[in-house]
Amino acid sequence: MKFYALSGHPNKPCSVLRFKQCTIMLDCGLDETTMLNFLPLPLVPSRRLASLPTWTPKEQPQVEGELRECAGKVFIDSPPEFCPPQTSLIDFSEVDAILVSNYTSMLALPFIVAERGFRGTVYATEPTLHIGRLCMDELLYHMEQTPRAQHAQHWKRLLHLLPAPLCHAYKPKLWRQLYSADAIADAVRRVHTVGYGEKMDVFGALRVMPSSSGYCLGSANWTISSEYEKIVYVNGSSTLTTHPKQLEQAQLRGARVLILNGLTQVPSYNPDDMIGAFCAKVAHTLKGGGNVLVPCCPSGIVYDLIECLAPYLDQQSLSQVPLFFVSPVAEHSLAYSNILAEWLSHNKQVRVYLPEEPFPHGQLVAGGRLRPYKNLQADGFSAEFRQPCVVFAGHPSLRFGDTVHFMELWGGNAANAVIFTSPDFPYLECLAPYQPLAMNYYFTPIDTSLYFSQANKLIRDLKPQALLTPAQYASPVQRSECQLEADCPVLTYRRGDVLTLPVRRAHQRLQLSAELSERLSPVPVGPGVAAATVTGLLHVQDNRHRLDVAPTPASEAASLQELTEARPRYHTYGAVHVP
Amino acid sequence: MPEIKVTPLGAGQDVGRSCILVSIGGKNIMLDCGMHMGHNDERRFPDFSYIADGSLTEHLDCVIISHFHLDHCGALPFMTEMVGYSGPIYMTYPTKAIAPILLEDMRKVAVERKGESSTSFFTSQMVKECMKKVTAVNLHQTVQVDSEIEIKAYYAGHVLGAAMFHVRVGDQSVVYTGDYNMTPDRHLGAAWIDKCCPDLLITESTYATTIRDSKRCRERDILKKVHECVERGGKVLIPVFALGRAQELCILLESYWERTNLKVPVYFSLGLTEKANNYYKMFITWTNQKIKKTFVERNMFEFKHIKPFDKSYMENPGPMVVFASPGMLHAGLSLNIFKRWAPDEKNMLIMPGYCVVGTVGHKVLNGAKKVEFENPRTVVDVRMAVEYMSFSAHADAKGIMQLIQYCQPKNVMLVHGDAEKMVFLKSKIQQELSLDCFNPANGETCTIVTKPTIAADVSLSLLKRDLQPVAEIGDLRVKRRKLLHGVLMVKGNKVRVLDSDAACAELGVTRHEIRFTSTVTLEDPGPVSRTIDKLHTHLQKRLGITQHLGDGPINIGSVLLQVSGSDQEDLKEAIVSWTYQDDALGSYILNSIKNIDR
Repeated sequence: MKFYALSGHPNKPCSVLRFKQCTIMLDCGLDETTMLNFLPLPLVPSRRLASLPTWTPKEQPQVEGELRECAGKVFIDSPPEFCPPQTSLIDFSEVDAILVSNYTSMLALPFIVAERGFRGTVYATEPTLHIGRLCMDELLYHMEQTPRAQHAQHWKRLLHLLPAPLCHAYKPKLWRQLYSADAIADAVRRVHTVGYGEKMDVFGALRVMPSSSGYCLGSANWTISSEYEKIVYVNGSSTLTTHPKQLEQAQLRGARVLILNGLTQVPSYNPDDMIGAFCAKVAHTLKGGGNVLVPCCPSGIVYDLIECLAPYLDQQSLSQVPLFFVSPVAEHSLAYSNILAEWLSHNKQVRVYLPEEPFPHGQLVAGGRLRPYKNLQADGFSAEFRQPCVVFAGHPSLRFGDTVHFMELWGGNAANAVIFTSPDFPYLECLAPYQPLAMNYYFTPIDTSLYFSQANKLIRDLKPQALLTPAQYASPVQRSECQLEADCPVLTYRRGDVLTLPVRRAHQRLQLSAELSERLSPVPVGPGVAAATVTGLLHVQDNRHRLDVAPTPASEAASLQELTEARPRYHTYGAVHVP
Repeated sequence: MPEIKVTPLGAGQDVGRSCILVSIGGKNIMLDCGMHMGHNDERRFPDFSYIADGSLTEHLDCVIISHFHLDHCGALPFMTEMVGYSGPIYMTYPTKAIAPILLEDMRKVAVERKGESSTSFFTSQMVKECMKKVTAVNLHQTVQVDSEIEIKAYYAGHVLGAAMFHVRVGDQSVVYTGDYNMTPDRHLGAAWIDKCCPDLLITESTYATTIRDSKRCRERDILKKVHECVERGGKVLIPVFALGRAQELCILLESYWERTNLKVPVYFSLGLTEKANNYYKMFITWTNQKIKKTFVERNMFEFKHIKPFDKSYMENPGPMVVFASPGMLHAGLSLNIFKRWAPDEKNMLIMPGYCVVGTVGHKVLNGAKKVEFENPRTVVDVRMAVEYMSFSAHADAKGIMQLIQYCQPKNVMLVHGDAEKMVFLKSKIQQELSLDCFNPANGETCTIVTKPTIAADVSLSLLKRDLQPVAEIGDLRVKRRKLLHGVLMVKGNKVRVLDSDAACAELGVTRHEIRFTSTVTLEDPGPVSRTIDKLHTHLQKRLGITQHLGDGPINIGSVLLQVSGSDQEDLKEAIVSWTYQDDALGSYILNSIKNIDR
């Protein structure tokens, strides 16, 4: 069994497993942190951004205009680019199946599917597909709102001349611009939706099955099994009770190899404390007459934020403050979350039987408290917009989308605040191109993924025979609370690694047909053991092996083949009785 | 021989009160637990005493409910709370949400309006308690009931949340379809199942003899009739169940009213409806693709032209269209409206679904011109036009055959249909698909014998050796068929197939090597080497050996052929020796040499 690591980001994994002649890709996460090297794309031309001084290395005039400096840091003045999974390790046309664990780990799917000769099937749960699509659509929409004619390319050749952190960028020549709407549509067409506990057959050789991982709507861990071997792939699991259906462990036990990814990115922040801190910061800012910007993704934690914030503000007698949710997919996201009862936690699920909507945001929208808008130009936004207010908007990197507009609008006033809740981006880097900044900023990251201590407990419970994790999790320089411990052998990987996993096949399942079974006459050969000789014709179809009655050779037409194949029905052993 | 035993307690050559007992691999499973709408006495519920005199929980391993119609789930609270059953119950999420509403509604009709003593019927609390015991399942989710029973639901399309269930115990399996629909309609998709090859398919056969014409035509037809009726000032009554067909008919009428700009009021009996539409909204993932796609922009279940009905509207003059529950005219609002409107020939009654025997709906459909009612004793003349619309979402004969072909069962059983119609479909299945087909009556047990296969673990080394297309046997290279030869070892419940040598080693058995040797005297003057050549040529002709072996002995596998004697003697001794394993080859060669001169 071989394992190919195509991504080095533990929370945006992409790897490939080769086993029993099947090639299975595990997730296709997109590393978005590359975006932070680029300047923000404003919706309306920004005088501040346009007047930033250009930065040119000595005697390299072709880079002129590609780089600009802001508050001592150099940024690329171009639409942001992304680092897709490594393409050189395997041939994507050989990928038979892609297993997607959650919508945050599928944003590179259009890149993979667009590879020449890709023929595989993508397996994802229905919410993963739908919300993943919303996220991709949002990315694309934001990008298309701020088109640029030119893409900076020259700087990539002069990496060695650039200041840090740009000079440390990982292979920028591999970076790609965002995919097109057609590429998204192609990717979505490849997806076969599955439910938790649904066993899918991969060429008869393997079975793959998702089970709930408790991280977000429709998030899944995957078991990949044959009759004898079981591999468990865990990515982004949570043992906390928020809105998604809780983590299911039963199917994950006793694996030959447990592949563990997507642990918390902010191990020193407790999500419960953070959501409390978030509400307090919002209320504090609003009371001071300021506005609050919450950069966020269009689904996921934002549901919990809204659910907690609305009653909290009511208690603080701030119920007149409007909550705006600005995203091209805001309405879809809110509506969609309320029709996914099967995928929700028990408490949310029982509401459906009343019947009441599982999330309160339907009520909040109906009552005018929460207002979803497609964008800032949408009908009614200018009329409804009043300050102070709370705005939930994308993109959390502050590089494009409506957040850029609000940063430019509110950044100069010390009463306002931006509150980061996404653990995906280092907030200081997000803010770097907006410096100097008068507005307040807070970091209350909410990452419900497993802590290291929770992961260690999970590993103890699941008792795998071997553990495979990103190298970051096993590095000895890590602090003790950020280290994985396991009683079994631990294998680690980095981007570009190819590993041989300790799984050796010894057996194959064989079905003996009814007719053949009837002819067998096992004799006892030891305590509790019976044996019979068996000769049969082997059929292999769809990787399934079946043994049937061998045709009896016609008595006369004896060929060498038939004669050599004829085997006696009995073996001779034991005491010889010679009278 | 292992067998599957099936006994319908209801729905055997009958429609209503679906309840089928299946014994498979030592497990007892109940499929559906319905009530009969046509009866008011103990025949209403299945005869649970048939299962066991004592506790049902001990005898039943699980209960599976296919969908929320009362003839499939109506007896469930009675069974769990009054007879007593606390084992697992499975149904889909929408069924779990909607079934208690319908049960409660039916309970009210039965207890309050008919004035039945509450002791013979379950209470609201019992419905709630019963639903607490239910485990909701998702489509295609493989649910492990216990270590042996595995169930999996498939989309059935009949109503929201309707499912077919695949039940597997060991290597035996049964598919129960519940009610299903093979053609997508306005709000639901078509039933689908994969090629799961069960030992038995238990399918409904409501429309066993019907081949329905195109759906569009039927819709046009019914809309035309409604239009004509309201134009001449008549009132149209459409009895429906609050959930299911009702939603599809509403969508149909809504779009027709929109298109034709009709101003005649359309009403829907209040209460259940609003809630029902809410359920449809929240379980929209169980409807069809089109509704799913557009639900954010436009919710199909919010109607502009259809308004809530008030009882007082019944007396209003002028045309109107009213949807009222229940669907079989056996009680409640629809029956009240019917009594009021039936005597006027301007009016029209559209029955959009099947009616069980004994209901007013069934009588009227069969052309009854007078319907008698008890307490108070009245006779209602039926002068209104009565139209039956084969609209209810069951598979027709073609659909049933199609499903059988999808899932490739080894046997078929028909339930939930009329006895005579079943006979027709049964012969069709036997002739066209050459499958055994059963249609037991209620209480009659069918035994289906299954052929067991044995699952064994075969070592990869043996598999690889015997899968080699070419093998070396002694000096020979022989082309091989995929013939596997080994030893089957049974230890506890572990079955393995091993290479003979490996098996012997594991068992600590030393095999005796037996060698047979036989001498044939040949009359063949000349040098010994010529005799060997002659034998070789002979065997070459017979067996197609290709090697030239020179002067030495001839080796074919373990068979050794030697010639002794001197060049001068006329008689030569041919010695043939072979091992027990190669007995067939050795005997053949020996015989062949004996008869060399013939």
